[in-house]
Amino acid sequence: MIIGLDVGGTHTDVVLLGSPGLLNAVKVHTDAANLFDTVLKGLDAVMKGIDPSEIERIVLSTTLTTNAVIQSKVPEVGLIVSGGPGIDPEFFRIGSHYYPVSGSIDHRGREVDPIQADEILRISKKMRQEGILNVGVVSKFSVRNPAHELEIFSLMKGSFDSVFLGHRVSGGLSFPRRIATTYLNAAVYPLHRDFFSAVEKSLRQKGLNVPIRILKADGGNMSFGASIDFPMQTILSGPAASIMGAIAFAPRDSETLVLDVGGTTTDMAVLINGAPLVNPVGINVGPYQTLVRSLETHSIGMGGDSEVRVENGEIRIGPERKGPAMAYDGPVPTPTDALFVLGKNTGGDREKSARGFEPIAGALGMSVEGAAKKVFDLASGTILLAAGEMIRRINAKPVYTVHEMLEGHQVRPGTVLVLGGPAVQFAECFREISDFEVSVVPRWAVANAIGAGLARTTSEVVLFADTERGMAVSPGENYRENISRNFSKKDAVELACSLLREKALKRGANPDYLEMEVVEDLEFNMVRNFSTTGKNIRVKVQVKPGLIRGHQTMLANLAATEQGGVHHVKG
Amino acid sequence: MLKAKYKTGLVFFPAFDWAIDPTHPEREERLLYTQDQVFEEGLFDVDGILEFKPDLVNLKDVQRVHFCIPDVWSVTTESHLISAGGAKTIGMAVLDKKVERGFALVRPPGHHAMRVVHGARGFCNINIEAIMIEFLRRVYPVNRVAVVDTDCHHGDGTQDIYWHDPDTLFISLHQDGRTLYPGTGFTREQGGPNAFGTTVNIPLPPYTGDEGFLRVIENIVLPILEDFKPDLIVNSAGQDNHFSDPLTNMNFSAQGYGKLTEMLKPDIAVLEGGYSIEGALPYMNVGIILAMAGIDYSKVREPDYTPERTRQKPGITAYIDELCPQVLDNWRKKESLGRDLCRGKEFIERRRTIFYDTDNIMEEQHETIRVCTRCGGALRIDTRSSARGRVLAVNIPRKACDSCKETGYRWYEEGARDTFGSVLLQDRPRDTYLAKKKTGAD
Repeated sequence: MIIGLDVGGTHTDVVLLGSPGLLNAVKVHTDAANLFDTVLKGLDAVMKGIDPSEIERIVLSTTLTTNAVIQSKVPEVGLIVSGGPGIDPEFFRIGSHYYPVSGSIDHRGREVDPIQADEILRISKKMRQEGILNVGVVSKFSVRNPAHELEIFSLMKGSFDSVFLGHRVSGGLSFPRRIATTYLNAAVYPLHRDFFSAVEKSLRQKGLNVPIRILKADGGNMSFGASIDFPMQTILSGPAASIMGAIAFAPRDSETLVLDVGGTTTDMAVLINGAPLVNPVGINVGPYQTLVRSLETHSIGMGGDSEVRVENGEIRIGPERKGPAMAYDGPVPTPTDALFVLGKNTGGDREKSARGFEPIAGALGMSVEGAAKKVFDLASGTILLAAGEMIRRINAKPVYTVHEMLEGHQVRPGTVLVLGGPAVQFAECFREISDFEVSVVPRWAVANAIGAGLARTTSEVVLFADTERGMAVSPGENYRENISRNFSKKDAVELACSLLREKALKRGANPDYLEMEVVEDLEFNMVRNFSTTGKNIRVKVQVKPGLIRGHQTMLANLAATEQGGVHHVKG
Repeated sequence: MLKAKYKTGLVFFPAFDWAIDPTHPEREERLLYTQDQVFEEGLFDVDGILEFKPDLVNLKDVQRVHFCIPDVWSVTTESHLISAGGAKTIGMAVLDKKVERGFALVRPPGHHAMRVVHGARGFCNINIEAIMIEFLRRVYPVNRVAVVDTDCHHGDGTQDIYWHDPDTLFISLHQDGRTLYPGTGFTREQGGPNAFGTTVNIPLPPYTGDEGFLRVIENIVLPILEDFKPDLIVNSAGQDNHFSDPLTNMNFSAQGYGKLTEMLKPDIAVLEGGYSIEGALPYMNVGIILAMAGIDYSKVREPDYTPERTRQKPGITAYIDELCPQVLDNWRKKESLGRDLCRGKEFIERRRTIFYDTDNIMEEQHETIRVCTRCGGALRIDTRSSARGRVLAVNIPRKACDSCKETGYRWYEEGARDTFGSVLLQDRPRDTYLAKKKTGAD
């Protein structure tokens, strides 16, 4: 049996999956101040009456690190950055323990200026005196040659709780993003370590001995053990959970738009033949632009609980959520109230919703029902417009070869999958106002937790080979090897795949179902003085985000069974 | 957080799958290290720097500028259409006010491509700046344009296209033509009779350094621009005047280029040449982008930079100090000199031989311009090449007067098909392109 858990802003969804399909689903209130209790309560509830030894897999998606970063509840981090010539690294300063130092490496990974050991030792001592426990070390072009980061690391060895090195957090280029990503890893490290150690310990006490897995922003997971070195990869996994939940029910042969309509926001993404698009650069977290791999998602401040008001004769919805709908004693009218007014929702107080819509109807000069219809159409239309804009942006992404420019694939989804609380009603409206073929994800209310539970282990490897210099490096994997002049792109891809395989297995992947794919393989002849002196090869391979294999019966049953059976656990 | 002072648009199109041939300077690898540097510096993340995907130019965009012989498809590849398209995209972004300034970092280059195209010369097939400018003039309220060509080679293609256009100021700074391809660009080349003086050539001695370039910008280029009052300033931003460039002999640096950009304040920059692909382009392009965006570029430096490498000999400084007043004097006297040239003449002719070094083609041109005080003048070009046979090309300029329109059509009608393989007409006021061919359905 598999447990999937997804912590959301308001609710935490937990599912128990087995070959008959969904065995149990619970929703517990999220206590942001005590996520540990929330997670354990959810796990306890979903496992009620189950023998813990039957649980073979448990995947958690939490808002732990996201909240800590966005609310700035992280400890101070020391940062040593070696930029060399270029944009002044002062522009990328984070916090007061930020030290630009000497040293410079060029785009091919050659040293231009060395590191000054005494400078590092002085800074290291100062940071220790100031009580810094976690440190990030970043040099420009360290993904081409990590020597300077490693040298700084060895100079500081043993002085701090943790030292994060820029070249290990991502293989991507971008010195400013590498600084931010390394900083965030160091900043959330203690919290992440303590939290999941505590969760794992509690589970062990309950007799649950499988290693826990944590969902990542790219819709894959990694074992807790592996995540210790990369805690940032688990940030903002919420939207990924929902998208992975939709994948189970998405067509394999066409393009699909996924809309997860929540209380506060709607998250959206595109699936191509059942696989999600991965953002090529990295995710944004609060004010930070990072190199953390994520799914290509877009989020707008429009959901079932968004505030509805009239300004200068125009309806405005969102982006804020002031509370639940008025039907549930909330403070302001919402699209959910509009559904109550229209008789499309049950379980709350329609009268309260109608009272809330009276001033809106008055300001618009129409009936309460008319206003409710207009509001709901507008909410739905706004979501579809934002989705259209996201698709336009995906298609407008620059490409760098003539081939891609001419043959480049344009995304044109024809189907829409809706999930989230008000999925059914929104789907109905999307169907009315657009040409999309719209359907609701089975198990729409807990599809996010299902997605977390079924997501496979993902990882990525970047390899850079330069036959003129006779070396292949994959700094993220701590790999550097001398290569011959005949080393080819094919060799590079093979090498990258073997590194990827090793990495994925270490992270907890199933060796029988490793779906590896080449994301990028570029080979350039290096010509100096009109003759070829070598080859410059860049390869990027990944384990594609997707669902774990070997659970076909479960998936079929998940799609077939009736809705319902979600237990709200009070308290 | 890094923020651009001037919102700046970039088109980056390195054409990683296109080369003239595998070991040619204009090859796949050319912008690879520039890409690495631009990505690693995080320039596309700067608040106020926007990357745009290039559009492709279409047949009409090319035919508005060029007579391609035998046709556009025979002398271009997709890569050229994207490269020109990248310039066009940036031009549109600037004129649509999506950005204040823009830089098209594209290849292949275009400034050696002339009005008539029999093939490739100086690695160029079609003139990407001219295609952009003529598109912008067609669609937006743009009339007066200044092109400042800072490539190390004389921008003879752009000069040729705008030779007769009084509304386009073409200024080229380059290594003296006696020492470098294409061997032209002397101060006496000042434009055709109807546009005399709006072509300004500033040949610089080999080993001119930052100081010399910047002195020319300050003492010649800026005063002339001030006087000309263009609606748009375009910089043909070749980067082969760098001290490490393998094809040239100049001593310019990334800092110098940043400063030049800061002084020139181009609305649009378009990459031209530059073949020191590891040691110069990554740093010069970062310098230009930062300078365009109004961000501090003072710490951008090449790994092998030393102040000595860009220092110029006193003799060069003295030469430039003599050159400046001479060029400015030509500029001030251009109207009267132009009048002298035209006096008493209805038509003025010139005969030229043009060599296409990249494709090894020899072209013979016989050009006739109608002397006109009201417009750029109808232009008749009788051209023949070893590769493509004989063609008659007639241009009726953008703001043609009735007499020049009439002359243009008369030349076109008279063009006998037994003499010329084809007879072509660019009717710019109507924005049409007509062709009569020896055989086929015309």
